[in-house]
Amino acid sequence: MNLLLAVLTPFLGAILVAWVSRFGRAHSAWAAGGVAVTALAWLLPILSEPFAGVTVVQRIPWMPAVGLDLAFRLDGLGLLFAGLILGIGLLVILYARYYLSERDSLGRLYAYLLLFMGAMLGVVLSENLIQLLMFWELTSLSSFLLIAYWRERDLARQGARMALAVTGAGGLALLGGILLLGEITGSYELSVVLASGDVIRAHPLYLPTLALVLLGAFTKSAQFPFHFWLPHAMAAPTPVSAYLHSATMVKAGVFLLARLFPALSGTPEWSYLVGGVGLLTLLIGAITALFKHDLKGLLAYSTISHLGLITLLFGIGTPLAAVAGVFHIINHAIFKASLFMAAGIIDHETGTRDMRRINGLWQFMPFTATLAMVAAAAMAGVPLFNGFLSKEMFFAETVDMAARMHLGWLLPVAVTVAGIFAVAYSLRFIHDVFFNGHPVDLPRTPHEPPRWMKVPVEILVLLCVLVGIFPAQTVAPILTVAATGVLQGPLPTYHLAIWHGFSPALWMSVIALIGGIVLYGARQSLFAWYDRHGSRLDARRVYDALLRALLAFARGVTRLLDIGSLQRMLFLFLSFAVLLGWIGWSGGDASLTGSRAMLPVDGVSLLAVFALIVVSITVVFLHRQRFTALVLIGVVGLVVSLIFVKFSAPDLALTQLSVEVVTVVLLLLALYFLPQHTPAESGMARQGRDAILALLAGGGVGALAWAVLTRPYTSIGDYFLANSVPGGGGGNVVNVILVDFRGFDTLGEITVLALAGLAIYAMLETLRLDAPRQDADGRAWNWDMHPTIMASFTRLLLPLALLVSVFILLRGHNLPGGGFIAGLVTAVALIMQYLANGVEWTHSRLPGNMHPIIGAGLAIATLTGLGSLFFGYPFLTSTFGHVHWPLVGDFELASAMAFDLGVYLVVVGATLLILIHLGLMHSKTGDVLNLEKREQP
Amino acid sequence: MEALIAISIGVLTACGVYLALRGRTFPVVLGLTFLSYAVNLFLFSMGRLSIGQPPVIRAAATAYADPVPQALVLTAIVIGFAMTAFVIVLALKARAELGNDHVDGVEQP
Repeated sequence: MNLLLAVLTPFLGAILVAWVSRFGRAHSAWAAGGVAVTALAWLLPILSEPFAGVTVVQRIPWMPAVGLDLAFRLDGLGLLFAGLILGIGLLVILYARYYLSERDSLGRLYAYLLLFMGAMLGVVLSENLIQLLMFWELTSLSSFLLIAYWRERDLARQGARMALAVTGAGGLALLGGILLLGEITGSYELSVVLASGDVIRAHPLYLPTLALVLLGAFTKSAQFPFHFWLPHAMAAPTPVSAYLHSATMVKAGVFLLARLFPALSGTPEWSYLVGGVGLLTLLIGAITALFKHDLKGLLAYSTISHLGLITLLFGIGTPLAAVAGVFHIINHAIFKASLFMAAGIIDHETGTRDMRRINGLWQFMPFTATLAMVAAAAMAGVPLFNGFLSKEMFFAETVDMAARMHLGWLLPVAVTVAGIFAVAYSLRFIHDVFFNGHPVDLPRTPHEPPRWMKVPVEILVLLCVLVGIFPAQTVAPILTVAATGVLQGPLPTYHLAIWHGFSPALWMSVIALIGGIVLYGARQSLFAWYDRHGSRLDARRVYDALLRALLAFARGVTRLLDIGSLQRMLFLFLSFAVLLGWIGWSGGDASLTGSRAMLPVDGVSLLAVFALIVVSITVVFLHRQRFTALVLIGVVGLVVSLIFVKFSAPDLALTQLSVEVVTVVLLLLALYFLPQHTPAESGMARQGRDAILALLAGGGVGALAWAVLTRPYTSIGDYFLANSVPGGGGGNVVNVILVDFRGFDTLGEITVLALAGLAIYAMLETLRLDAPRQDADGRAWNWDMHPTIMASFTRLLLPLALLVSVFILLRGHNLPGGGFIAGLVTAVALIMQYLANGVEWTHSRLPGNMHPIIGAGLAIATLTGLGSLFFGYPFLTSTFGHVHWPLVGDFELASAMAFDLGVYLVVVGATLLILIHLGLMHSKTGDVLNLEKREQP
Repeated sequence: MEALIAISIGVLTACGVYLALRGRTFPVVLGLTFLSYAVNLFLFSMGRLSIGQPPVIRAAATAYADPVPQALVLTAIVIGFAMTAFVIVLALKARAELGNDHVDGVEQP
């Protein structure tokens, strides 16, 4: 559990810090620091296990049947990374406290930072690969938030978007790679995958798997040609850069290389792909870094270059190279974090990052300058500092590799060139910033930063020196355990020492140092050359062009499918449906008519269906006269409810009848605001075409209905019929299905109803419509809207109607009725009041605000369902019993009745909400008209 | 009797399709109303037709109609009303915003 808690702590802490930040900056800094320390504390009890050679695996079964567990793993590699993430994270939290100005929200930064920290911990501590990928994607998302922290800045948003696009695309590729790994090995557990290296390498899918995994790693670690996002991510606040680009985000990619090293490495494909990309990135990063005038730009390209170096080491593929790779991961994290922090201090104190203006800072901040110079020397690979040790191991490995390759001597030459440039840009960081004359036109006069802002840099620089001078006493144990974690086996012999004798690697270091100094001396002419030619090489242009092409493609597809006309699209859609139906039909050879015995036809039914057909066709022919069509469609609805009555569906008949009333009222209210006639605009051809399609669709659906109706079948209905009384305590099976067996569906349906009502309310709220002055034939409206007789009768009828609805509601469990029907009856009764007496009159006497009623209905229905949880049953389990009431007699009570009450309230509320607000629009416009009428005479 | 219902469903569908293909919002809403009648009847008829056998448990009854399609159609009728209301208010909104009641928002030339 410790590992799970360690990963979860930063996620929960992010919420805590966001809340604490309201109490002040110091509080949020302490809270964020406390969260990081807590996460570290969870790891402490199991910290010694990897040193004893034990891999800790903790799992919580989630879906064991498909091999998905929440599984965490702590081995040497995970331990090293967890230490870097939490340790440097703590320093960054301290540093950010002083870096960020009062205007910026410290709480938000810390919350994002902790989210990111949790995601990174998840990546390095995952045992399950799918789970690793989830955290991997979370690092992309949370780094997006971090880079876009200054969200009002264009560059920050662009940089964040670019980082997300590139790393997110890589994450997709990685998902593919992980799925293939799972297919090959039959498991997503790292323990299995790491042990199946031979199986994976021999598998025909090895190359695609490798390519996909590498795409994920290379995009994350900013390897060529995906490196361009990293410099743009420098728009983030400097503490973020110090965290993301030293120890965490970009290291996730090389972490993946190290993690899957035993499973994927050891083939020529691995060496050429990983080694080749690493070498290219190393060179391009190192050369470009020298020409960046922006302090953080220089560090960004140097980061790219060092990531390339690490990638190249893993690409070489020997165990010793992997050890060197791990060693450089540690060293780079330490010196690069301190360099970013130093750059942040300079930026903070001078107000600019342009090295052409920042000069001679030694006289203003000698202490910071010393720290920065030590870190830069480590970056250059100067002896006595940590960077030198891993860099010399790196040189030695390339020499070793060269002996095994055709044209191998090119490799040491290329990396020496990269070394020369590394020395040159490190020298520039030192000389150009702290010496080289005087500052040019700085916005602020620089001085030493606050005491505690320097502490994180001091700690890191101290580590650089300690590791550089006493490697065996400091870094050796953690390096051993981490390298064991990478190789998953015995380590090669190596010696961490400053002096290895006059080896080729030493000469390469010497050449790099001298060459770098010479190169830096000649910088002015190089800068001029770069400004003329070099700036043309920008991968960002490719990215932009690709993005433009993608957007154009998406627009093209949209244009192809969305032709902008509902009529044409609907025609295509329906034609396609008819075509599919025809294909399905013509495929089989079953006869249209089945074997089921048919019911005899009686005269009344014949007459009713005849009426239905005649009226329907009349509606179509008269549809341009809208009022007539609307009245006639009421007849259709009536016949449909009669069909329900005839064929044993009393509940449906009641529902259809009451819905018919509210629908016609609704359409009448709406028609007031719409033209009374439809203009004749379809030509004969279009009408004919539509008619043919309508006949085909109608014929098809009719034939299908016929085919079904004449065939025997078995139904699950028997189960409900048998269990309705014993299981649901109700005789009306339809109602018991609604409120009991399928209560969850009904809960969803009344939620939809409530949402539809609220959406309509929202649309009507801001709607302003012009009411017509007269009807279609030019007659003015009759203002005697509320005839006395109708008004009187509806008032008398209201209590009766409400009584009926209560009756229907209560008996619904055993006889036709229930919440839906009762709700509609109530709604109709109340709408009658509005129709007969006017909106204002009714509004002043009845509760007009329907939102609480809808809310109460949903709450009652949901709480009834939750109530069964309370008694230990699944959601919405119902119960029932009988009580004896004096006078009334034996009376059944079921918990489902409370649920039905919820249904009732939602139906009443939503129906009235819709109709009242549509009616209120009338009174708004009606008032205007009344006013005009009064003014006229 | 089965033939009558099948024909009714076919006619309602045909009328619904034709009206749904019109160019103004109000006929389209009428068309959708027709289609919901047709679909509800079609779903209901999946339980086959039976006369005088409502699915209400009684001692004297020998057979019952299939309650499952009825339960499905009951909620479908109510939701159908909500959707009709939504579409018609959308049509009002469109008219207010666009100044006409054509389904594509532009008067045909």
